[in-house]
Amino acid sequence: MSRYLLNKFLYTVDRDPELVERYRADPRGTVEWWEAERANVILNVLTGEKSSWLVFDDVEREALATHDYPKLFKLGAHPFLSLTLFIAMFERDYAEPLGFQLEYARRLSHFTLPYPDIST
Amino acid sequence: MATIAAVIASTHHPFYYRASTSTGADRPPFADEWVAKITAFRETLTRANPDVLVLVGSDHFHQLWLDNMPQFLVGKAPSYDANWYNEEREFGLPRLFFKGDENLSAHILRTGLDAGFDLAFSNELRIDHSVTCPMITLRPECDLPIVPIYTNIFAPPLPQPKRYVQLGQMIRDVVASWPENLRVAIIGTGHLSLELGGPRQFGPHGPDPEFDRKAVEWIATGDIEKALGEVSLESLWEPGNATHGFLDFMLMMGVAGAGEKADYTDTLDLFHTMEAYFTWYPKGGQA
Repeated sequence: MSRYLLNKFLYTVDRDPELVERYRADPRGTVEWWEAERANVILNVLTGEKSSWLVFDDVEREALATHDYPKLFKLGAHPFLSLTLFIAMFERDYAEPLGFQLEYARRLSHFTLPYPDIST
Repeated sequence: MATIAAVIASTHHPFYYRASTSTGADRPPFADEWVAKITAFRETLTRANPDVLVLVGSDHFHQLWLDNMPQFLVGKAPSYDANWYNEEREFGLPRLFFKGDENLSAHILRTGLDAGFDLAFSNELRIDHSVTCPMITLRPECDLPIVPIYTNIFAPPLPQPKRYVQLGQMIRDVVASWPENLRVAIIGTGHLSLELGGPRQFGPHGPDPEFDRKAVEWIATGDIEKALGEVSLESLWEPGNATHGFLDFMLMMGVAGAGEKADYTDTLDLFHTMEAYFTWYPKGGQA
């Protein structure tokens, strides 16, 4: 299990406008490409030096590939990262202000304290 | 020696800029009251007549990331760009630019390190809405040099709450010992109860109004002892999963000083979170 890698996916996609749209349109393809090409990139290293060991487990990969943000919450992905990226992808589909944010809360309403651990 | 002209603690609400600048049907019903409160709050900084601003906030996973996460970091740069693509996208925040005061940054770092705080530093820091929101509310001209100080309230493991208070006390002492005849305002932003990315987010009020009531009382009366007695890293999950932002309010209580009552206190009960605004004028500091 790698909460760090889940967060790294959410973080790196969120800050790239093209990747936000690509992940919205093709979540499974984007996750597969990202895991193969980007998961081991060290973010402040501009040359080809990379990490060698970062992979999703099957549950994590499937949660990302299905836009399953309640599952990401359960897995301990950082809630701020998940919320920010999913707002960027889906707020536009709701007519009312905060419509998506309230739907997001409703879909997480079965969680009670203590919430899943988010430490990395 | 420098004079601490004002100590200011505030929530930072990224929706203020859009709410306050929107017009017609886009203008939310609470905007006018919010603008009136912010205008009054802004006057508390203006009347202090500051020359330099120290700004305490917390990077929201913009430049600081989990591969290299400092707990406390001081910006030491001649200039700072501000706000990020995803803040422009989600909140409509403008890109901003600030001059830095490297002399004060260097003084805080040297003196802080010597006082036992192993501060990280950055010579190229793009700051985010935790710092730019109070500039938009308190000093929209963005015309004063700044020193940004970032704390980690976001990515566990975090330092203990008392460490934030101690850091605030240190910042106050260090600024007061700066050998420049300038007026420094120390401004910090945090949160009261807040939920982000959880089931209690975006309710009609903050997720825990009772916590908010107590927290405002602690801050307004400078009751550091009670705040430290009731708040722990574990307990802060209960009022809302982003309530660790309250640690920056505790830091600012350290800056203001134990038992120091705020000279100005105001709140605004909004959807999603309670806004809270506090200003202290340390003895001899008022303009």
